[in-house]
Amino acid sequence: MLKKKEIQVEDILLSLFARIEEVEERVKAYIFLDKEKILKEAKQERKKDLSFEIPVSVKDNICVENEPTRCASRILEGFKPPYDATVIKRLRQVGAILFGKTNMDEFAFGSSTETSAYQITRNPWNLEYVPGGSSGGSAAAVAADEAILALGSDTGGSIRQPAALCGIVGFKPTYGRVSRYGLIAFGSSLEQIGTLSKDVRDSALLLQVIAGFDEQDSTSSPLPVPDYLKYLEKGIKGFRIGIPEEYFISGLDKGVKERIEEAIKVFEGLGAKCTRVHLPHSKYALAVYYIIAPAEASSNLLRFDGVEYGLRKEEKDLFRMYEKTREEGFGKEAKRRIILGTYVLSKGYYEQYYSRAEKVRRLIIEDFRKVFEECDLLLAPTSPTPAWKIGEKIDNPLQMYLSDIFTIPANLAGIPAISVPCGFSEGLPVGLQILGRSFEEEKVLQAAYAYEQSTDWHRQRAKI
Amino acid sequence: MKFKTFIGLEVHLQLNTRSKIFCSCPVRFGTSPNTQTCPVCLGLPGSLPVLNKEALKKAVKLCLALKCQISKEIRFDRKNYFYPDLPKGYQISQYSQPIGTNGRLKGIGIRRVHLEEDAGKLIHTSEGSLVDYNRAGIPLLEIVSEPEIATPQQAYEYLICLKSICEYIDISDCNMEEGSLRCDANISVAKEGEGLGTKVELKNMNSFHGVERALRYEQTRQEKVLRSGGEVVQETRLWDAQRQITLPMRSKEEANDYRYFPEPDLPIFFISEQMIEQIKEEMPELPEKRRERFKREYALPEYDADLLTREKEMADYFERCVELFPQPKTVSNWIMRDILSYLNAHKKEWKDLCLSPERFSELLRILERKEISINMGREVLTEMINTHKRAEEIIRERGLLQVSDEKKLAEVVERVIKANPRSVEDFSRGKEKALMFLVGQVMRETKGRANAQIVQKILRERIKRKEEGLS
Repeated sequence: MLKKKEIQVEDILLSLFARIEEVEERVKAYIFLDKEKILKEAKQERKKDLSFEIPVSVKDNICVENEPTRCASRILEGFKPPYDATVIKRLRQVGAILFGKTNMDEFAFGSSTETSAYQITRNPWNLEYVPGGSSGGSAAAVAADEAILALGSDTGGSIRQPAALCGIVGFKPTYGRVSRYGLIAFGSSLEQIGTLSKDVRDSALLLQVIAGFDEQDSTSSPLPVPDYLKYLEKGIKGFRIGIPEEYFISGLDKGVKERIEEAIKVFEGLGAKCTRVHLPHSKYALAVYYIIAPAEASSNLLRFDGVEYGLRKEEKDLFRMYEKTREEGFGKEAKRRIILGTYVLSKGYYEQYYSRAEKVRRLIIEDFRKVFEECDLLLAPTSPTPAWKIGEKIDNPLQMYLSDIFTIPANLAGIPAISVPCGFSEGLPVGLQILGRSFEEEKVLQAAYAYEQSTDWHRQRAKI
Repeated sequence: MKFKTFIGLEVHLQLNTRSKIFCSCPVRFGTSPNTQTCPVCLGLPGSLPVLNKEALKKAVKLCLALKCQISKEIRFDRKNYFYPDLPKGYQISQYSQPIGTNGRLKGIGIRRVHLEEDAGKLIHTSEGSLVDYNRAGIPLLEIVSEPEIATPQQAYEYLICLKSICEYIDISDCNMEEGSLRCDANISVAKEGEGLGTKVELKNMNSFHGVERALRYEQTRQEKVLRSGGEVVQETRLWDAQRQITLPMRSKEEANDYRYFPEPDLPIFFISEQMIEQIKEEMPELPEKRRERFKREYALPEYDADLLTREKEMADYFERCVELFPQPKTVSNWIMRDILSYLNAHKKEWKDLCLSPERFSELLRILERKEISINMGREVLTEMINTHKRAEEIIRERGLLQVSDEKKLAEVVERVIKANPRSVEDFSRGKEKALMFLVGQVMRETKGRANAQIVQKILRERIKRKEEGLS
């Protein structure tokens, strides 16, 4: 419709603003939104390709030039990056309109968006519940119709899990598919920028813009990016789909289990061949993740020391300044992870923890490699439970960490994985996770689209 | 009591690449603070490193020149610590797998050569400390020797030799005063036969001679401690160049744990045989080889060959001169004795020399034809360097052409003989020295232009004739 000029981008923006006016006070998805600036930019003569003149909301850990980018942390108070992340550059080039910064767990440390230093975001399906995290702001904004598309980042499930809990689509691409340049790092070897949208097609469109080699990210892949839209409607007849036994553990919510089993039937109905498979090292994934991710985080967060930018607590002595700044700048969960990461990298513990975790990580990768010799895709729940009440797990980090148990393996292995809505458990959305081989995003999208088109879960809207 | 000294050197070299090691900022010195920076070298959140392949190539070059084993897989690690000159809170370095290991330089083992990034520079003012990040991200090579250097003098030689190699392969300016080469040392003294002693680290030296002096001071200090029955404390000491002593560094509160781990933002780089072969082909002849060739090809003594090949530019200069004036030893003598002493006296370096081999060999040809004396030649050379004029021009302007005309000289000799009867008599009585005095008088009369050998000849003839006439 946009292309045919049946509607103007300004109209879309205004209707989004109206919706935000209506519900944002309750949802609290955004931590920065400059409506005037957005309108001004949209009206500006943009001499670029306007093939993607769509508003895109951006998670607060992705750098947007001269806009607050704080990772929802006090320590980055006042920080405005002097540069655009590569994904932002690419979006601007095709005419996208950057639509505010969404709330998140501080530095993406969390699964509920409750660790944000600024506000608590609520699940549009039930405002007493968490939206999931860490990209909870992006997920809630899309689910509450306060955003059309959003960018998130996924280090251990931070796109897929909130997408599942908010009843939308969330896609984490293969490690190296999307440039990380400008994504404020948490777990460098694990994370990818990805998409949050109402349906699979929108995610495919957004991914098409942001994917591809970037010479500024040495870990980005030079492999060509296929035309994802071309694959969407190809169907999944003859696809071999694995159902990993290890993902159907005892802690799995009954409603979630039923929805996934129903989804498997839908896949079979579409002509896919589903078989039970094993990923024997999955049970170590959470432990491995909670060594590697905090280790990398503890190093990545060293730069927040009050010297160059962000918060600084003036003290006479340099090291006191460091201590004070970090003490006041970081929240509880950030401190927990920094301490954990520092510990596992320390002399005498490195071999015991970090080194061993890397070894087990290779076994997990090997599990996937073997399974993908016989399967094109894997199906699993995204999260073991639907959303939980705000405050319910915040004081129990282990409980909180467990909510990422099904999403973490894809990050450790670097493979692409999507979460699509697959129904409800006691009125709260449930997500189905589809995992694919590295750099086979098109197959994941193809299967997700086929499933989505034969159900109508993605058309259900939160009544807010 | 006999002692043995063990010295190890840790050198940091700034590579002379055009851009920094992990971003495209130019490597430029003397610019205003924080102008040669970007999000990457400032360590801004979200920025990522991209390896400068030129830095890797230069590192491989040095490893080859030092005969190191070269790692096939190049990995980087993070060295984590807080300091304001370190924008990311970690330095990208190499820990578990340095580029080069097991090398050799002047018979000294090289333990490892690794690539890393430089930090920024702190500037302390009365109002507080400031940071300049222009230097942050300049590629550095760390070269660690085994503790096999036996004397401070040998440590100095090691540094000279390393500098020489680096200049030959064009990887660094190696200027310690300007900080493009930094050197820390460790030294332990022990009773002969007792193996390594207690290691003391020395920092804060800012010249090669400084390194030598600091080591010498420390060697003596440790020997004194041992001789008096004491024990050397393991510590880091700072060289105080003004007082010419080492002092213990204020001890850090606790030992640093750098928590090294593999840099996740950089992939593994592979060094192929092909790449090594290609770099080998591009390598110039190294000083050691060139020295041997100079001895062979130009029949130069060891001393000359060694001195001439230390600096590539000097060796190139020498070879060009020999092409133009094929008397190697004469060229060598003039370079070593005259040009070098001129440069030393004026505290200049070879690259500052404004004298082309073409013009220099013109002077050598004039000297060969004995148109001017050797002493005159020296003066002319100095003037050539100072004024950039050609030798001929200077000689013409100053009327320096040597007088070799016997008739003209005979007149002067006659006058001198008449004026100095005592000396003539002395010489006749066998006092050879008196003749030299008479030659000197002739030189004075001719303002130094007389050909001394011809003057001597005429003097001897005339005095002899006189004696015969008298008897």
